[in-house]
Amino acid sequence: MENDSAIRELVSACVGQTGAPVTALRKIMATHGHITDEHVGIVADVFNLSRADVRGIVSFYSDFSTTPRGRKHIRICQAEACQAVGCRGLTREVSAALGLGLGETSEDLAVSLEGVYCLGLCASGPSAMVNERIIAHATREDLLQ
Amino acid sequence: MSRALVPNETLANALGANELARELGARGYQVVRSGGFGLAWLEPMLVIDGQAYGPVRDLDALEEVALGPVNEIPAIARQRRIIFDRCGRGNPMDYDPAWLLDQLRRSPREIIAEIRASGLRGRGGAGFPAHIKWQTVHDTPAPQKYIVVNADEGDSGTFADRLIMEGDPFRLIEGMLLAGHAVGADKGIVYLRSEYPLAARIFDQAIARARELGLLENFALELFIGAGAYICGEETSLLESLEGRRGEVRSKPPVPAVAGLFGQPTLVHNVISLCSVPGILRMGGAAYAEIGVGPSTGSMTFQLAGNIQRGGLYELPFGLSMRELVEDWGGGTRSGRPFGAVQLGGPLGAYLFEDALDTPLTYEATAKLGAGIGHGGLVVFDDTMDRVRQAHFAFAFCAHESCGKCTPCRIGAVRGKETMEALAAGEYTEDKIAVIAELCDVMEEASLCQMGGMTPIPVRSALGIAPGISE
Ligand SMILES: Cc1cc2nc3c(=O)[nH]c(=O)nc-3n(C[C@H](O)[C@H](O)[C@H](O)COP(=O)(O)O)c2cc1C
Ligand code: SF4
Ligand code: FES
Repeated sequence: MENDSAIRELVSACVGQTGAPVTALRKIMATHGHITDEHVGIVADVFNLSRADVRGIVSFYSDFSTTPRGRKHIRICQAEACQAVGCRGLTREVSAALGLGLGETSEDLAVSLEGVYCLGLCASGPSAMVNERIIAHATREDLLQ
Repeated sequence: MSRALVPNETLANALGANELARELGARGYQVVRSGGFGLAWLEPMLVIDGQAYGPVRDLDALEEVALGPVNEIPAIARQRRIIFDRCGRGNPMDYDPAWLLDQLRRSPREIIAEIRASGLRGRGGAGFPAHIKWQTVHDTPAPQKYIVVNADEGDSGTFADRLIMEGDPFRLIEGMLLAGHAVGADKGIVYLRSEYPLAARIFDQAIARARELGLLENFALELFIGAGAYICGEETSLLESLEGRRGEVRSKPPVPAVAGLFGQPTLVHNVISLCSVPGILRMGGAAYAEIGVGPSTGSMTFQLAGNIQRGGLYELPFGLSMRELVEDWGGGTRSGRPFGAVQLGGPLGAYLFEDALDTPLTYEATAKLGAGIGHGGLVVFDDTMDRVRQAHFAFAFCAHESCGKCTPCRIGAVRGKETMEALAAGEYTEDKIAVIAELCDVMEEASLCQMGGMTPIPVRSALGIAPGISE
């Protein structure tokens, strides 16, 4: 792998912090986009955990993914305040336009679609995120352009 | 030179505040990135030499959105901003620690006495009297004690934690240091949800600034970012997560105040609870207790969300009615259609309808309805809300977020969801409703925590099922 040693360094830098294994996995997600078996091995090794323990952590938190997400990662809020202003319809339209359901990634890894539960913009929904960009009053066009 | 306050706040930024700040700078204004005022429908809202404008789309058409002097905007002036008094007024990093340092010279006993006198109750959801936890942590001997701040703010319809952490992070640092001093904890950790990256950035800056100001010489302050799990807002799940594991709920006892993080006495508080502390010490606990109604003392950061015209955060004394909040403050539905329902207190909160709108927002009055104020969020729906679909969502959300530790929640939520799907498909029969009623009773009685234990609240209230009818 291109950067096993870089990942190991990243993970080791978390040792001693509160909640370090979770933080280490979050950093892997941020730099690598998803968590591979090799990464699981490194985290297990550095924190003296079993691989099963680390897999258990990865599967528990929805920020962690073991498969790559799309280069354009669209997340649409599915929680109540956004339901009240039409997030279900918006999700249906975007989903139909992309041919992807929630939690799916296009085969060419160009785009992925995911639900999220609340971005804290609940008075200005529907809310969404495209990669790092946060969108209030999101429309179909905002998400598909 | 004109001074322009431009909010550096997630919603305002999503609506163009960063670009406005750049443009104002280019036009020669002295630009100050401040907190947001929380009036969502006016964002991005600028304050230029004391005059407010919003929502600003075009700097060349400012007069069209002139709001007058910022201090005279009714939606701000009519609030009782105790927690949020500084928020929006300037650069949050310009902090003068004199008052805090002065307070930190008071005795722990004295501070706990003020908290007791104030009647402060937890703003995270359960409404538990704060002073009892403070006293317990204080009285439990241990080599290490912790302050843990619950900034997981997962409830739909809430954003108060985010607004204060982005707009006045020193309010939270004040609360943490005062609490730490009072209970004897010299370590504090903020558990912030990962969906709030700007709050994380600003809070990190505030920690660095606090260090420069010498405030952290006897107190270690850490920021931990979550990884996307609603259940981690539950305090014992949060502690598991902070210890680096899956966020599986712990059974109580022991309560965290006795054995919390790494088995040590831990004061776990919501952001807004701790941010209420400086105001209490400033005015005195007894004076604080005068605000509000009966045992619902002080100010609450109500958050109006969903299908509402003038949504946002309104810090007000407990006791106004939901109707005042939804109609007077909120201006009714955004769609212009008739009011349908309000979900009070997050995803585990009750759906309430027109007949409940005159209920005062107090812990006591809402409890009588089988509801709760929770973290202060009100999600408004218009008359197109489909009750069956909302009940289905409550089960689906529980199934999605369940930590899986106990059977009533893990299995019950999935069965509930499937039964609701059958119902929605048109098989609306008495025996299906009976299945739902029974599931709700079992989940309520036998779940280990309130995730499973309170999911029946939105389900029953949406469907009009009374508790206990399965017996
Ligand atoms: C499923 C679930 C989710 C919760 N989420 C939060 C949350 O996001 N923020 C919060 O402060 N409290 C949350 N709570 C309540 C906490 O367990 C706890 O009561 C609170 O943090 C205590 O702080 P307080 O006394 O200041 O309210 C949640 C509880 C449950 C059962
Ligand atoms: S009620 Fe649900 S979330 Fe709570 S402990 Fe049981 S399974 Fe976990
Ligand atoms: S419910 Fe969608 S942003 Fe909060």
